[in-house]
Amino acid sequence: MTTAALSPTLVMEARGLVKRYGHVVALDNTDFELREREILAVIGDNGAGKSTLIKALSGALVPDAGEIRLDGRVVHFRNPMDARNAGIETVYQDLAVAPALSIANNLFLGRELRRPGMLGTVCRMLDKARMREESIAHLRELKIDIGSTSQPVETLSGGQRQAVAVARSAAFARHVVIMDEPTAALGVQQSNMVLDLIRRVRDRGLSVVLISHDMPHVFEIADRIHVARLGKRVAVLNPRTISMSDTVAVMTGALAPDAIPADARA
Amino acid sequence: MRLKPALGTLGPFLALIAACAFFATRSDRFLTGENLSIVMQQVMVVGVIAIGQTLVILTAGVDLSCGTVMALGGIVMTKFAVELGVPVPAAIASGIGVTALFGVLNGLLVTRVKLPPFIVTLGTLNIAFALTQLYSSSQTVTDVPESMSVLGGTFRIGGTSVVYGVVLMLLLYVAAWFVLRETPSGRHVYAVGNNPEAARLTGIATPRVILGVYVVAGVLYGVAALLSVARTGVGDPNAGQTENLDAITAVVLGGTSLFGGRGVVLGSLVGALIVGVFRNGLTLMGVSSVYQILITGILVILAVATDQLSRRGAR
Repeated sequence: MTTAALSPTLVMEARGLVKRYGHVVALDNTDFELREREILAVIGDNGAGKSTLIKALSGALVPDAGEIRLDGRVVHFRNPMDARNAGIETVYQDLAVAPALSIANNLFLGRELRRPGMLGTVCRMLDKARMREESIAHLRELKIDIGSTSQPVETLSGGQRQAVAVARSAAFARHVVIMDEPTAALGVQQSNMVLDLIRRVRDRGLSVVLISHDMPHVFEIADRIHVARLGKRVAVLNPRTISMSDTVAVMTGALAPDAIPADARA
Repeated sequence: MRLKPALGTLGPFLALIAACAFFATRSDRFLTGENLSIVMQQVMVVGVIAIGQTLVILTAGVDLSCGTVMALGGIVMTKFAVELGVPVPAAIASGIGVTALFGVLNGLLVTRVKLPPFIVTLGTLNIAFALTQLYSSSQTVTDVPESMSVLGGTFRIGGTSVVYGVVLMLLLYVAAWFVLRETPSGRHVYAVGNNPEAARLTGIATPRVILGVYVVAGVLYGVAALLSVARTGVGDPNAGQTENLDAITAVVLGGTSLFGGRGVVLGSLVGALIVGVFRNGLTLMGVSSVYQILITGILVILAVATDQLSRRGAR
């Protein structure tokens, strides 16, 4: 009973990841653990190695050493497509949408559905009706209300565009959604909308890795906080029991990880 | 909501109607079936080139080499048939093969060496022109076999004669429209032109899409070469010089954005017709050809300005 609570299921884990760029060690034997149905915030100062870590997890780079496990099995991602095929989707910071294309087209971009039968195989015709229906269903599931899915993305606000990008990842991810600074370019109201959306993605059963500089946002939605510093994971904190200032102190090195009380760890 | 894109597609069409109405009041010969048939014939070569140009421009590229590559294709197919005695179908295939190779060259320089399309195709424009002059010794190839000009033949609908080549051009437009609108490949062309980074991140093989577009354009310039030979009955080393810029003009007049990712291929047909109608109408009115060039220039700037302003409005 208690042992089950102490060792929650890990969706994704990494052990001893190393990545060097010449003399610079971006990842210095770093570990990573992502539990089932959680929002794990990854924070760290510039150069702490958080973006290198995320790139390794999303297949954007291959680590020099260490192993990554997904659902307990060792995986080797050579490129982002490998990670996507394994069920890991990434929402990139710079809003990876094509503004002139419709919402439905963006949701299915690169994964278009084709018509059944000869029309799909020989004529390679798109199944526009089904893509539209499934888009509506995906958006409804995440309670995203942005009107017609046939309108071009450029008619949407920044928050709504981000919502489309998140919906696309949530629709295709089977295990993990990685989000790189999803609220960075947004105002207060739009940020809140996206934070709500991230919660709903978790509540649907996915695990979310959230990279963010915004401490209030991190404390608002993270279940646990992974602190990266100098290429290592220095601590995993519980946002409900540690203060924001102590978290920042750990991140910048002002507070030694040993000095953190046990109940503030996660 | 749907009004704006509808206007974008309709605008060029309305301009075409207005131009036709204007010339109809200036010359009673303009609206005759015979004259409109001539306009279509004059437009068919540039019309086919404009399909390829549209594909390239949709990926935010541009192909300045289109006309001179076409001229090279025409010289190759006629010389192969006339001087080397190559059977006509094989000679035609060789000509189209050469223009397709130029598409491969353009595409590889853009995707692999990552040079700007403007510079790449400015280079290949000159290379194709020089090769054409060298290979033909700047001589027109005559005595072209009859069977190479089949597409220049006509059939009659009612009292009007229709050229087979015009029918082929219209079929190619329908095919391009279908691929762009109804298939994943078409979607990817728009996505690559609209936001190459987003396209890449969603797993689209961006370089392959761009290379493919230049190669298909090259093939279309070969087909245009065949139409040009069929229409004139000779292999002309100086062909394609007006088509080079006329094709870009047609695409832009047709409402396709030079910034990529926006446009409808049928618009380019309308654009080509606008250029053709102005040429024809002004000729009927007895206006010197210099003024035709002047007006084409003004039209292009108006079209690009509209594109630029509508983009600013969308932001």
